[in-house]
Amino acid sequence: MSSAIPLLLAIGLGLAGWLVARARAWRFKSTAAQGRLPSLPIYHAWYAGLWIGGPVLVFAAIWIAISGNLVLQHVLSGPAASALPAFGMRRDAILNEARNVASGFADRVLIPEAQGLVEPFREAAALYSWIGIAVALVLGLAGGLWAFTRLKPDFAARARVEGGVLFVLFLASLVAILTTFGIFVTLVFETVRFFGMVSPIDFLFGTHWGPDPMANAATTDGSRYGAIPLFWGTIFIGAIIAMIVAIPLGLMSAIYLTQYADPRARKWIKPALEILAGVPTVVYGYFAALTVAPAIRDMALAVGISNASSESALAAGMVMGIMIIPLVSSLADDSITAVPQAMRDGSLAMGATKNETIRRVLIPAALPGIVAGIMLAVSRAIGETMIVVMAAGASANLTANPFEAMTTVTFQIVAMLTGEASLEHPATLSAFALGFVLFIITLVLNIAALRVVKRFREAYD
Amino acid sequence: MVTDVNQPTETSESAPKIRATDVSVFYGAKKAIDQVSIDIHTEHVTAFIGPSGCGKSTFLRTFNRMNDTIAAARMEGSIELDGEDIYQSGMDVVQLRARVGMVFQKPNPFPKTIYENIAYGPRIHGLAQSKGEIDTIVEKSLRRAGLWEEVKDRLEDSGTALSGGQQQRLCIARAIAVDPEVILMDEPCSALDPIATAKIEELIDELRGRYAIVIVTHSMQQAARVSQRTAFFYLGNLVEYGHTSDIFTNPREKRTQDYITGRYG
Ligand SMILES: Nc1ncnc2c1ncn2[C@@H]1O[C@H](COP(=O)(O)OP(=O)(O)OP(=O)(O)O)[C@@H](O)[C@H]1O
Ligand SMILES: [Mg+2]
Repeated sequence: MSSAIPLLLAIGLGLAGWLVARARAWRFKSTAAQGRLPSLPIYHAWYAGLWIGGPVLVFAAIWIAISGNLVLQHVLSGPAASALPAFGMRRDAILNEARNVASGFADRVLIPEAQGLVEPFREAAALYSWIGIAVALVLGLAGGLWAFTRLKPDFAARARVEGGVLFVLFLASLVAILTTFGIFVTLVFETVRFFGMVSPIDFLFGTHWGPDPMANAATTDGSRYGAIPLFWGTIFIGAIIAMIVAIPLGLMSAIYLTQYADPRARKWIKPALEILAGVPTVVYGYFAALTVAPAIRDMALAVGISNASSESALAAGMVMGIMIIPLVSSLADDSITAVPQAMRDGSLAMGATKNETIRRVLIPAALPGIVAGIMLAVSRAIGETMIVVMAAGASANLTANPFEAMTTVTFQIVAMLTGEASLEHPATLSAFALGFVLFIITLVLNIAALRVVKRFREAYD
Repeated sequence: MVTDVNQPTETSESAPKIRATDVSVFYGAKKAIDQVSIDIHTEHVTAFIGPSGCGKSTFLRTFNRMNDTIAAARMEGSIELDGEDIYQSGMDVVQLRARVGMVFQKPNPFPKTIYENIAYGPRIHGLAQSKGEIDTIVEKSLRRAGLWEEVKDRLEDSGTALSGGQQQRLCIARAIAVDPEVILMDEPCSALDPIATAKIEELIDELRGRYAIVIVTHSMQQAARVSQRTAFFYLGNLVEYGHTSDIFTNPREKRTQDYITGRYG
């Protein structure tokens, strides 16, 4: 709780600085020649506010992250900690309990040993809380001093604030990049550990998938970790069956909506499609598992396909295709609409029919957007988990028969991570290797999509 | 009404290429063109002038039924092309637009290669069977549009990579590739600089011998330079129509006089 005080201070001090600076700038204004300043008072206010609030805010964020640990270290270095067991679960439980009582989350201790630690915890917390407040105040004062010595009537506060805003925006984008990078690094790290136990050759080219979570981790049988059936299942369901459904339907609905539908129909159909995009995938999942899959099996049996199973690649792929229709159609819609009206008029004035105009002018001109939409749809489909978990089955079959059950990379990631094996076991670690491969595939797809878009852009503008 | 000033008084006229009779055009309830009658002759350039919003484009677009593409537009009256009513029910708009080509205000080449831009019309209308024939049409059209020398080595470049003036000539070449009888031009030079404009005007003058050309323009000088007939529109009405030289030196209507001397518009 007390570690949040610097945060409140950041806001409070920043606001105070903002108000004072604005008042001061108004005074500049009244004394300035013709009552004009190079920067509006509001920019002076923001300049001071940012210089005060910014550093304190950064400190507050760091403080919230580390102060708990500092308190703990302080307690451990005190005399009361010497009675603690050296390590293990009991030690952690005692420390936790003492901390909870000290900070008021719990009323009394249940473990007697914790009692002696409550007071040291309380003292340390108070101490660090004061330290935090003091540092925040010093930082705020320093920032304020710096800002206020520079606020003069002719100070270019506007440009400085612009620079500050730029910096904040840059930081925001950095967060996303760093997160991606962090995810990637963990993935690589765990994947390397996995490949220490199973050879990449076995993993990437083996055709049998059947990790045994109970097997001795020291003598891992690499031949049980052949991921080809998973890759195949992923591609067959996500990139082939789903696309056979989604591309024509998505494109045709985009063409209908942009070119043929009268505004009243468009007003209903477009939101309906967008709702389709908002349906949680788990809902699609049970639709696939309970409705589509049995229907497909019955149909297959009726036409004499004997090995049709109640979980099939076809069911999962078809429902997945329906799920991504909105993705394909809305990007295609946008890029067809973005083709200038002049193109359409030009073609119609040449005597082309509406249909010819669409096929020969609009679609080629809109192709970058359409292709990008399809690539995004593929990468969404192969990353999709819920539908395959519910409808495609768990058996790693390497077959091109869409009526059989298949499994995908995402399914196996879930299965391996939630399995009985320990975190150190290759069966669990294989999830990271699978995730890594999936990550690379989607990355390549997205880069390829950008490439395609760029090439067509160059050709078309 | 302006019926008595409507037709140029010339005895040696052949039958008109286009004859519009009492044409009115509405956008919803709003009347944009009010009972206009006019004869357009082949081997002539006819200029439509008038202040912005007076309905020149709207009227021009009735000749190839481009107003059909605007849901709110509705038209009354009749327009005959070589004596045949183009608004009659059996009329094939595709055929009509092959006979009546159009060039727009802003150059609008397709995002395809220069070659494909020209080949577009002939392909749609099945004018050529072989690649060789299309090649011939492409070259001939580009030559006629005065663009061949500039682009003959880069036919595979995108049409949109050309300069504005070249793009506009490409659009003219595209229009003449299907061998039309009439070419409609809606302010074809308004997006171009004086040099590109001069080239287009020269081109219009050369093309005149083969086609009936109707050009909408805001430039009095341009109308005077390229056209033989001029029609002055005002608020949806055809105020005056006659030989360009007469309109500019000796207009019958005060409104025409005011417009061409720059008093409004
Ligand atoms: N698509 C449309 N929908 C509704 N009204 C329109 C439409 N197009 C034109 N109009 C109206 O019809 C009238 C004539 O327009 P038009 O474009 O024919 O004028 P114009 O003489 O070509 O003008 P400009 O010289 O500016 O091109 C204008 O009042 C215009 O607002
Ligand atoms: Mg116009």
